[in-house]
Amino acid sequence: MAKKHTITPDEVRHIAGLANLDLTDKELKTYTAQLQDILGYIDILDNIDTNNVVPTYQTLDGTVNVFRQDKVTKSLSQKKALSQANKIHDGYFVTSNVFKKNITKTKDYEKTKSRNIDEHNAVLSKVSDNGSVAHKDLFVTEDIVTTAGSSVLEGFIPQYSSTIVNKMDKMGLKTKYKVNQDAWGHGGSGENSDYGATSNPWNKDYVPGGSSSGSAVVVAMGDVEVATGTDTCGSIRMPASYTNVVGIKPTYGALSRYGVIAFASSLDCPGFLARTVSKVKEVFNQVVDVDKYDGTSQSAKRSQKDSKPKTIGIPKEFFEEGIDSEVKEAVIKATEELKAKGYEIKEISLPHAKLGVAAYYIIAPTETSSNLARYDGIRFGKNRSAFGAEAKRRIMLGAFASSAGYVDKYYEKAARVRSLIISDFEKAFNPVDAIIAPVSPTPPFKIGEKVENPLELYLMDVYAAPASLAGLPALALPCGFTKSNLPIGMQIIGPRWSEQSLFNLGEEYQEITDWHDKKPL
Amino acid sequence: MNKNNKPVIGLEVHVELSTNSKMFCGCKAFHFRVKPNTHTCPVCLGLPGALPVPNKKAVDWAIMIGLALNCKVSPKSKFDRKHYFYPDLPKGYQISQYDQPLCEGGFLETSEGKVKITRVHLEEDTGKLIHKKLDGSDVSLVDFNRCGVPLVEIVTEPDLRSAKQTKEFAQEIRRIIRSLGVSDCDMEKGSMRLEANMSWGLDLGYKVEIKNVNSFKFTEKAIEYDLARQKELLDKGKTPKQETRGWDEKQNITVSQRFKETAADYRYFPEPDIAPMTFTDKQIATLRKSIPELPDEIAKRLVKEFDLRVDYSQLISADSALQQYAEKVFKKGLEKKIKPNDLAGVIINQKIDIEKVSPDELVDLVFQKKTQKESDPSIVSGWVMEAIEQNSEAVTDYKNGKTNAISVIIGSVMKISSGKADPAAVRDLLIKKLA
Repeated sequence: MAKKHTITPDEVRHIAGLANLDLTDKELKTYTAQLQDILGYIDILDNIDTNNVVPTYQTLDGTVNVFRQDKVTKSLSQKKALSQANKIHDGYFVTSNVFKKNITKTKDYEKTKSRNIDEHNAVLSKVSDNGSVAHKDLFVTEDIVTTAGSSVLEGFIPQYSSTIVNKMDKMGLKTKYKVNQDAWGHGGSGENSDYGATSNPWNKDYVPGGSSSGSAVVVAMGDVEVATGTDTCGSIRMPASYTNVVGIKPTYGALSRYGVIAFASSLDCPGFLARTVSKVKEVFNQVVDVDKYDGTSQSAKRSQKDSKPKTIGIPKEFFEEGIDSEVKEAVIKATEELKAKGYEIKEISLPHAKLGVAAYYIIAPTETSSNLARYDGIRFGKNRSAFGAEAKRRIMLGAFASSAGYVDKYYEKAARVRSLIISDFEKAFNPVDAIIAPVSPTPPFKIGEKVENPLELYLMDVYAAPASLAGLPALALPCGFTKSNLPIGMQIIGPRWSEQSLFNLGEEYQEITDWHDKKPL
Repeated sequence: MNKNNKPVIGLEVHVELSTNSKMFCGCKAFHFRVKPNTHTCPVCLGLPGALPVPNKKAVDWAIMIGLALNCKVSPKSKFDRKHYFYPDLPKGYQISQYDQPLCEGGFLETSEGKVKITRVHLEEDTGKLIHKKLDGSDVSLVDFNRCGVPLVEIVTEPDLRSAKQTKEFAQEIRRIIRSLGVSDCDMEKGSMRLEANMSWGLDLGYKVEIKNVNSFKFTEKAIEYDLARQKELLDKGKTPKQETRGWDEKQNITVSQRFKETAADYRYFPEPDIAPMTFTDKQIATLRKSIPELPDEIAKRLVKEFDLRVDYSQLISADSALQQYAEKVFKKGLEKKIKPNDLAGVIINQKIDIEKVSPDELVDLVFQKKTQKESDPSIVSGWVMEAIEQNSEAVTDYKNGKTNAISVIIGSVMKISSGKADPAAVRDLLIKKLA
């Protein structure tokens, strides 16, 4: 086993330079310890032999050569292009002179206030009383403030709308709310919003799950029928399972990412949350389409076959150590109910699935540190000092994992482990049509309980990570409650482009159970 | 420094492609003297949520450049993100190519030997910065019209050995790319940019980069000057500083360039927003077929076909419009028995405006000039007097009544005037003079 790497404050300072972040001495100290802690965990990847494994950087069914023709399309007007700028002059964006020693304005931004539009702090802005849909604030909406849950974008009014928002708008699914989320999608609990944590409608002291926290809560409360969300590693499935609603994380590439603020580009999957599988299915089937503006939505295999699974796999690794007994019991019970309906239940093995979190916390931070590089305060938004603690932590982690000397050890290694996880699923889907697993190892936990320990929070993603890394669709749906009346959810994972099959199974499950009918008081 | 040390120069050439639209979005690629920030959109402004989709034509054209430079086309290629922070780079990364460029392993011949070409890859251009004082403080103004314009980078091995060869090589690249019709390669407008890395030996532990020089002439001068500057330092036992230098036109010297240090660690990784690219032999063959005859081949053919002087053939083959024009002129000219070299001389030396004078008109003009006979007495009389002096016998015969003898004298005038004299005018004048 390779020698454990000790991270020095100097190294962290160097990484902060690469990431263009100005850290205080206190931050430097904190991040040095936290990076050490997280990377120490990630060292489990060192034990895996990946010599003959090709790294996976994208899950596109081998799609190649996605181009556009050399045609001119309309540009933004100069006025619109400049509309969100910090400072402009004579048609130009203005920035401090690049040759001057950067006198960083370490002006502390005023702590962004909670919106308090609703009792759970789920809503960031009410767009229209006539609307019927809530959009996670990662969805860019023209002329409507879009913040990604971050202070960096406080007051940002986008010059365009995302493909999905446009499409839903045209279909009459108008926007009612822009809703709260963990800033940039970073978080599984809903506590990481710069606009304040969202609380769980089933018990206000508990987290609603994240990062699509607001989306799940407004659906659970019955404020909207449908909400959009994004799932990079459980960000639809976690809040769905913590609030007793249904959420679909589609096949990677099924729904356009154009105009959805990027967290980790090779993993981000826009999707939907609603009270029932039928509703999620209805909206998904209305919106699902290839988008010429999203080059990763063009797989030739994207057709949706209306089939029904017969054999369901139970991955034994998901029910071993670390799982809460009530969660385990509820999910097992669900599989027994399906067995009684005639489904064949088979134990399967996904031997590399437990490495998912380690691989994910290299790949996603690397991509997010890149995707968040555009926030420089020149063309829109505030400058980089406005990033919150979790965003900075992930930017630092990603910049480190992709920096010279470490990219092979971390980023490339994680991409190879990703291939192993994909091939685990390929083998598993040979005898079974779908896989049932818990979404979260535990039921909802108390707000604030895990904030001091990022690694502990990251480990909550253990069951969400494998499907995300493999680009597979996963449907989360309610399957029980704890003794203290907190929701428990399970997920049905299928092969790529098998959403209809998951919906059909989910609909049948909801016909024989009534968990989804229960509403918070 | 060892006396046998020779300059070691490597060149990076950036060429902006003249596609209609940008590399990853539909904004107009043309940006020269356009109102600032009028050719931008969510993609090239790097707005939150926007995604790139590559321009097929730019990819094809970059491959054509690679093929014209004798490169192999990679069967598999991809885009990568190259990270650094600079206000003209809106996304905080440039979409470029790292370990799988479109083309690799080419070469180009120069008069001083073969120059190996490491790679040809495709990337996006950055925005433009203007540094100025505004309300008393130093600011940079940013225009993103150029941002996202397709940019081809051509990288050579450090095979160049002199400033002159570097210039010749760069000019040859320009001739080739212009003949492909994929870029105007205008150094002044910045659609062609050269960066030369040089030293007096790869083992000396330094290299100097010459950058932001806007003509071939100045690039040559800058390299020449700086090699001498480096040598002087090396001869004193000093190692020149590793740095980027520009050319000061007024003082004729290279100067250390004011530029912001950016991190050398670009943290490249595969661009997750763009699907990989593959190229089959058939696709490559189709692109190869679409490559027009290259300047070098044209020059050789012109010499062979029209017996053209080598210098004329090179000048003409460098510009595809001029070449097409000249070939039409030569063919027309041959019908009227005018030598292509004479016509080429007229086109080049008299700087014929090929857009105003048609090939037919040009040939007619030259033909007229050639066949026009001189009848002006003040000119013809000079030739006549010379002929009279040279042909005293014929003059005597004529005066003695042998009128036929006049034809001998006329013939002599024609010879003296190289055929330009109008025979009728000569006859009239002779009759007068000998009367």
